[in-house]
Amino acid sequence: MAAVSGLVSGLLKRRFHWTAPAALQVTVRDAINQGMDEELERDEKVFLLGEEVAQYDGAYKVSRGLWKKYGDKRIIDTPISEMGFAGIAVGAAMAGLRPICEFMTFNFSMQAIDQVINSAAKTYYMSGGLQPVPIVFRGPNGASAGVAAQHSQCFAAWYGHCPGLKVVSPWNSEDAKGLIKSAIRDNNPVVVLENELMYGVPFEFPPEAQSKDFLIPIGKAKIERQGTHITVVSHSRPVGHCLEAAAVLSKEGVECEVINMRTIRPMDMETIEASVMKTNHLVTVEGGWPQFGVGAEICARIMEGPAFNFLDAPAVRVTGADVPMPYAKILEDNSIPQVKDIIFAIKKTLNI
Amino acid sequence: MRKMLAAVSRVLSGASQKPFAGSPPPRHLTVGRKLSSRYEVTFESAQASRVLVASRNFANDATFEIKKCDLHRLEEGPPVTTVLTREDGLKYYRMMQTVRRMELKADQLYKQKIIRGFCHLCDGQEACCVGLEAGINPTDHLITAYRAHGFTFTRGLSVREILAELTGRKGGCAKGKGGSMHMYAKNFYGGNGIVGAQVPLGAGIALACKYNGKDEVCLTLYGDGAANQGQIFEAYNMAALWKLPCIFICENNRYGMGTSVERAAASTDYYKRGDFIPGLRVDGMDILCVREATRFAAAYCRSGKGPILMELQTYRYHGHSMSDPGVSYRTREEIQEVRSKSDPIMLLKDRMVNSNLASVEELKEIDVEVRKEIEDAAQFATADPEPPLEELGYHIYSSDPPFEVRGANQWIKFKSVS
Repeated sequence: MAAVSGLVSGLLKRRFHWTAPAALQVTVRDAINQGMDEELERDEKVFLLGEEVAQYDGAYKVSRGLWKKYGDKRIIDTPISEMGFAGIAVGAAMAGLRPICEFMTFNFSMQAIDQVINSAAKTYYMSGGLQPVPIVFRGPNGASAGVAAQHSQCFAAWYGHCPGLKVVSPWNSEDAKGLIKSAIRDNNPVVVLENELMYGVPFEFPPEAQSKDFLIPIGKAKIERQGTHITVVSHSRPVGHCLEAAAVLSKEGVECEVINMRTIRPMDMETIEASVMKTNHLVTVEGGWPQFGVGAEICARIMEGPAFNFLDAPAVRVTGADVPMPYAKILEDNSIPQVKDIIFAIKKTLNI
Repeated sequence: MRKMLAAVSRVLSGASQKPFAGSPPPRHLTVGRKLSSRYEVTFESAQASRVLVASRNFANDATFEIKKCDLHRLEEGPPVTTVLTREDGLKYYRMMQTVRRMELKADQLYKQKIIRGFCHLCDGQEACCVGLEAGINPTDHLITAYRAHGFTFTRGLSVREILAELTGRKGGCAKGKGGSMHMYAKNFYGGNGIVGAQVPLGAGIALACKYNGKDEVCLTLYGDGAANQGQIFEAYNMAALWKLPCIFICENNRYGMGTSVERAAASTDYYKRGDFIPGLRVDGMDILCVREATRFAAAYCRSGKGPILMELQTYRYHGHSMSDPGVSYRTREEIQEVRSKSDPIMLLKDRMVNSNLASVEELKEIDVEVRKEIEDAAQFATADPEPPLEELGYHIYSSDPPFEVRGANQWIKFKSVS
């Protein structure tokens, strides 16, 4: 659809040596790579540091080619010292640079979490508005495949808890590029929760996403699929599962409105509330643990706002199982929300 | 020095019509007390300086011997003599006295419960903050931990803004939002509450200095207690690996809260703890020693050789904080001994008076001026109103349009402005 309209507007513009961008397939990995590349080019104060980001091309190849292009000064391999290099990144941000600090996974960010929260997030407030910290912390978050408990935790709720931080969680390529660019341009500490299993997944890249100034605003959710019967809110990889569930349910005559949160903090409650006021039903879906999770926050806020009176059934949460992630495949598969779990929850809510 | 004064004295006594008559020289000048700089005061030289003082003809500068620094992985250290100009001496004296009186005023205000929460005072350590500042440029950078009031002043903020921040008023340098441990100024990054966290931050500021290519350095301070933090060793490694222009400075005041250095560290040679990073151990009670060492260290960093480590041996008169009387883990005798033998302000004063850089009366006048400045600042800090409640939500994010922040319940909303 986007390609056709692109073609039409292209013909109307009648420029020389210009063809309508074909429907471009870009993986999430390449989208993040592109976003970082463009921002590195645009602003020389931007630089990337982390383990294996330079000569190894990135542990998950997200920073492929960047070191070759920008060199040692802008793409820095660090020793295995999360607390140290996260602190160094925050200090550099305080002194006016714009670092992108990569955690190989957010599980390792726990070693550095003091620097993220106490040195980065709180500083602008504590200084009475004198000391901004324009830093991006990014890396894969949440469950992967077969990496077991210490490497599978979702940190959306932990980081989303803290005032002073912005927390984004891209799902597809467009999200990934637009959000990483917005995060880098933002003068505040932004945590970008990527997903390792999504890195290799290709998505269609709309024409506007191919622009060097393509930004997705932080704090705005996107309605991925319009629906009338129930609102399904999710972030990151589970958004895809929600759309799958919606496709299955559509055949049974149930139309789900699927919302991709895109941002965990500040949360776009308006979009969620407007949707719930339309559909009267709510299911939240996330990969993280249930207690004190993203879904719990959404439910609490729904109760406090205008949408509560529009609910025809209690809001329901679909989450990761309340266990440290097991290794065996059957156990792991049942520790994260599957499509069948989402469908079940939707039907329960709708009483069908 | 003594010989020179004696010679001058002989010349002047010969030349002057009326040798100095009047009250004998002040008692402290006649007591043959040994100063840490090994500069001995005798009656003879005291008499000589009194003659010179009476004629109100001060020396422009004087040369002093300073203690040699212990070195680690360094062939040469800072010089063992230094020239102090009258102008600089007066400046340092005033600054140290201001820090001293400001801290004592904070003590008073805390006891009156006008200052709340944490209050970590640095009286006794004035030679560190003033001496470090004397060795660098205003365009250099400095970061420290929570014993930060002295540095906040030497980095350019007024006593008014500092005291008003301590009392939590809107005229405070952080508008009352930060308190004792979170004061910021240009090229001064606080004021950090988490022990040791400021060290990687400082290495990061040094990275920015190198990145920007402007020949600036970052002074990254921590205490003897923090020196055992793992993240400091991570910062040492990266700073050395990447040759960051970072001067790591351990302010060793012998106690990490209530734990003496012997009980906390397997090696109390803090200047050596950087291992592959060269280090020097400095007499932190002697402002000239601190200044020379800082100049040396800054030159080292600016030359691109990478980081360097300085241990400043110093002492705090107060306990760890205002909640700590400071006498359960050390004796009053120890505190008194340091006060009487190594007080940094006294040491500078004696030097200046004995080498005719200033008179006792002149320095007393400075004391009076400083007291007044502190008194006025305290008045302001006590009378200034607290920040308005409406601003509770301000400064969550930088450069953002205003938004709403939740209060204690869903009906209480605060506006947040950048």
